[in-house]
Amino acid sequence: MTRIALTVNGTRFEEDVEPRQLLVYFLRNGLGLTGTNVGCDTSSCGACTVLLDGESVKSCTVFAVQADGCDVTTVEGLAEGDELHPVQQAFHEQHGLQCGYCTPGFVMATISLLKENPDPSEEEIRRGLEGNLCRCTGYHNIVRAVQAAARAGA
Amino acid sequence: MIPAGFEYERAGSVDEAVSLLGRDEDAKLLAGGHSLIPLMRLRFTRPSLLVDIGRLDDLRYVREDGDRIAIGALTRHADLVRDPLLARRCALIGEAAATIGDPQVRHRGTIGGSIAHGDPASDLATIVLTLDAELVAHGPGGERTIPAAAFFAGMFETALARQEVLTEIRVPKVPAGTYLKVERRAQDWATVGVAAARVDGRVQVGLTSMGATPLRARSVEEALAGGASPAEAAAHAADGTMPPSDVIGSAEYRAHLAEVLVRRALEQV
Repeated sequence: MTRIALTVNGTRFEEDVEPRQLLVYFLRNGLGLTGTNVGCDTSSCGACTVLLDGESVKSCTVFAVQADGCDVTTVEGLAEGDELHPVQQAFHEQHGLQCGYCTPGFVMATISLLKENPDPSEEEIRRGLEGNLCRCTGYHNIVRAVQAAARAGA
Repeated sequence: MIPAGFEYERAGSVDEAVSLLGRDEDAKLLAGGHSLIPLMRLRFTRPSLLVDIGRLDDLRYVREDGDRIAIGALTRHADLVRDPLLARRCALIGEAAATIGDPQVRHRGTIGGSIAHGDPASDLATIVLTLDAELVAHGPGGERTIPAAAFFAGMFETALARQEVLTEIRVPKVPAGTYLKVERRAQDWATVGVAAARVDGRVQVGLTSMGATPLRARSVEEALAGGASPAEAAAHAADGTMPPSDVIGSAEYRAHLAEVLVRRALEQV
C-alpha cells in the first residue's frame, strides 16, 4: 500500500491505496463519489472524466498514486448548494442528455474545454469533446448546451 | 479490468530513476501513462515495478538550442500544441500532437513516452524519424545521444537499454512541414500517417503504421531529389514497406492511403 494525500472537491483526504488502484475506483469505491461513471474501461468513452489540477483526464487511465498531491474535481464538486454550475445548468436547460450516463463526463470535459477556449465554434466544440462518447447519440443538444454555457460565461 | 499488482516508486530525479530501474528486471518507467496503463489494464504487460517519472518537471520544456529545438521528454502533447516556438520553427510537431487521442489524452500523454513506447502507430515517433531528430538518453554510464534513425528497433522495441531514460528530443528548425493522417474514427490510432518536412533544403518523408516501426520513405525522397513531381514521387510511398492487415484496413488499403497522403503532403512542402 502507498499513502497518498490529495484534495477532492475541496476536501483533503489521506488514504492508503494499492498502487494498481485506478483513480476512478478510488473516487467511486474509496470515497463513495459515484457520480463519475465507468463506461468503456478502455480510455475511450470519457464517462470517467474528472479534472486533475483543473484539466480534464480520464480517471480510468490514471493511477490514484499519480494523483498524490493533486487537486481533483468530480461532478459532485460543481454545484454550490442548490445552485448548479453554469455548465450543469446549460446541460439541464438545453436537454444535453438522454439516458444521462455520459453526462458527468461531458460536463467535466466541457468545463476543461471552455477554460482553454472560452468562445469555441461549433466545430471546435465537436472536436474538443471528441474524447467523450454518447451512446444515445445525443450530440446536437450537447453542443447546444456547450454553446449556451459559453454564452453564460461558464 | 484491473492491472496486475506492482511495486510503485516515484523518482525524484533522472539519476534516481536510472538507479530504480536497476533494481528489478521487469521495471518499467511511467510518465503520462497513456500508452502503458491501457496495456497494463488488458494485462498485455505486467511490470513488477513502476518507476514514476511524471513529477520530474525539469524535463518539461521547449527551448532553442542553437540551430535546433530541444524538447524535454515529459512535455505533454497539450503543451506541444500550444508552444509558440514550435509553432514558428517546427510547426508540424504541434499540428501532429493536436491529432493524438483526444483532449484528455493530450493532457497526460508525453512526447518522450510516446517515442520510448516504440509503437509503429505513434505519430510523434514518425515525426522525429522524419526530422532526423537526436534522442538523448541517460543511463548508469551517463548521457548518450541516439540518432532517430537508430532508435526504433522493432515493434515496441527501441535502442534504449533497460536502465536508460529518454530525457530530451532535439529537432531541427524546419521552414516547411506537415503531418497528415487518416483515422477511422475520432481518437483512433493512425490507419496511415505521413510526415513531410524540408530539412537542410531536402524534403524528408516518414510513414506511420506502415510496418513494425515508423519508417522513412527513402524511395520517395530519392525520387524527389531526382526531380520527380509530388505525384511521381508518391507512387513509391509503399516501396519496401510491410503494412499490417487488421480490422482497420488491409495492407493494400494502407499502401493506397500512403500514396495519396504522401502526394498531398509533398504538395504542401
